[in-house]
Amino acid sequence: MKEDNVLVDVRGLKKHFVKGRDIWGRGTEVLKAVDGVSFQIHKGETFGLVGESGSGKSTVGRCLLRLYDYTDGAVLFDGQDMSALGEKKLKPFRRRIQSIFQDPYSSLNPGMNVLELIGEPMNIHGLYPQAEERKEAIASLLQKVGLKREHLYRYPHEFSGGQRQRISIARALSVRPEFVVCDEPISALDVSVQAQVVNMLEDLQQEFGLTYLFIAHDLSMVRHISDRIGVMYHGRLVEVADSDELYENPLHPYTKALLSSIPVPDPHAVVERIEWQPEEGGVPELKEASPGHFVAFE
Amino acid sequence: MTRRLLTVEDLNVSFETRDGENQAVRGVSLHIDQGETLGIVGESGSGKSVTAKSIMGLIAPPGRMKSGRIEFAGTDLAGLEEKDWRRIRGNRIAMVFQDPMTSLNPVKTIGDHLTEVIRRHRGLGKAEARQEAVRLLREVGITEPERRLRQYPHEFSGGMRQRVMIAMALSCQPELLIADEPTTALDVTIQAQILDLLKQLKDQSNLSVVLITHDLGVVAQVCSRVAVMYGGMVMEEGTVEEIFYRPKHPYTQGLLRSVPQRKSGYRERLVPIEGSPPDLIDPPAGCPFRERCPHAMAKCAQLPPRFEIGPGHRAMCWLNDESVKEELAARPEPQGGAANEGR
Repeated sequence: MKEDNVLVDVRGLKKHFVKGRDIWGRGTEVLKAVDGVSFQIHKGETFGLVGESGSGKSTVGRCLLRLYDYTDGAVLFDGQDMSALGEKKLKPFRRRIQSIFQDPYSSLNPGMNVLELIGEPMNIHGLYPQAEERKEAIASLLQKVGLKREHLYRYPHEFSGGQRQRISIARALSVRPEFVVCDEPISALDVSVQAQVVNMLEDLQQEFGLTYLFIAHDLSMVRHISDRIGVMYHGRLVEVADSDELYENPLHPYTKALLSSIPVPDPHAVVERIEWQPEEGGVPELKEASPGHFVAFE
Repeated sequence: MTRRLLTVEDLNVSFETRDGENQAVRGVSLHIDQGETLGIVGESGSGKSVTAKSIMGLIAPPGRMKSGRIEFAGTDLAGLEEKDWRRIRGNRIAMVFQDPMTSLNPVKTIGDHLTEVIRRHRGLGKAEARQEAVRLLREVGITEPERRLRQYPHEFSGGMRQRVMIAMALSCQPELLIADEPTTALDVTIQAQILDLLKQLKDQSNLSVVLITHDLGVVAQVCSRVAVMYGGMVMEEGTVEEIFYRPKHPYTQGLLRSVPQRKSGYRERLVPIEGSPPDLIDPPAGCPFRERCPHAMAKCAQLPPRFEIGPGHRAMCWLNDESVKEELAARPEPQGGAANEGR
């Protein structure tokens, strides 16, 4: 791996939430959602992040978007440390890093039409100030995500879930980002529509040279779309490897247990279920087991 | 020969909405034998949950069962009075829902939930009901059942709550269990445990299970027979082997192809089904899948009958009609040939 190719560099990221405070305002109960995570995402690749609910995968995504301030650690984007930047200095990064969320029903403002929805990020970042020019840009974006020009003046309730997710994607791409955090972008969609959206994400990645962080719990789709995958458990990464390597040669017992639970769509497939009970004492540091394959296991 | 437990014939269910009549289920016929697991697969809005609710007699206004016959172990359910329903619902047909987070009452203990059902339906006394509850919890794999009975739902994880729901459903020893997306809200490792539990319960007793899901993997692992629903109709029906290895309906073929294949090295492109499901307020005449189908032809404007392909394997598509087959074979460039070899 070439070091100069790194777009996102996460170093020892920690995010703790204070759940309870005593009367002097000191934290008494702390939830360690992310507890020391390090990984790198290279330019143009798709990095998959998998794990069960509560593993901290979405929190990592939100930290990369700087929706949260971190408790500890640093995130370097294109060589610059974002951790300590104020809102004003962050603004250029807010354009370069965009996001797509799970629920296409609640992530679009029902009172705005498609033109306004996609135009809003352009407005904020001062792109296409001419109204006519902007409309053209939006119309061509719509075509890229498989919608039509006549959809410009429609409202979110007139679209199906898959179409709404296409609008969310167009909105994210409207400011020409370099890095997109996709947090469960297809989980709320029907099987036949999921494939449409995944294909489109792959096409757009080719066309615009995008880098993705793809967070999901559907393990077979993550394997399909990702170049490399990180497996999270209790706020820590337990294994990071190329996706084929991870699925064919998992080293960590948790990864093995997780992979063996995928229901295979083949009635004759014999699945041997592997169970895993976490050990006491937490997760050790990641070590390189073979080139590019890191595992946190003795 | 196995005994036929449930027969659904030509079921039609509609919902009155402000925009018109939503024909959620349009002529569904199904059956289930004793001891088998039938999977009902389909996308959202395909009518799979409405079919299940009709079997339980849970269609409430604005919904209405317009026509159809539901026969359960020799009794016609469609004409039952509410008080007769109570002898069947819960007792002989039980249901498990998708969301274990909202199906339990947060201010009652797990023990209250279970003993209420047992005392009401089986007429046992307080102490006996408690013992029975302990036995049931143990059966669904909950450790320390005596202590767990005194706990409240918020002290249980999602997987554990679903186990409690299954225990409640099984408390009256039903003949038929309807599970509507029982694992959709759960993590994969927990899903695997619940599916193992269902399989194990089925092996131990003569329970029949209707499993409603959109996950083809779950169907392949658990079910013996499958009905594929689309646009309020059963598109194809057959054993899991027939459906997964020899699908005869383009919709089934499309669904199977849109799942990523577990192959190494080469990253193949997914094959989606283009378009979106039909609007059931004003459903198109003819085959509901026509607009998205790669094989669509003029004949599809008429509703195809259910073609018998093999024993128990039926598909509702004109491609299985003898005269259509001949016609396509006679053509120099069969329009659907390439799409058939997708896998």
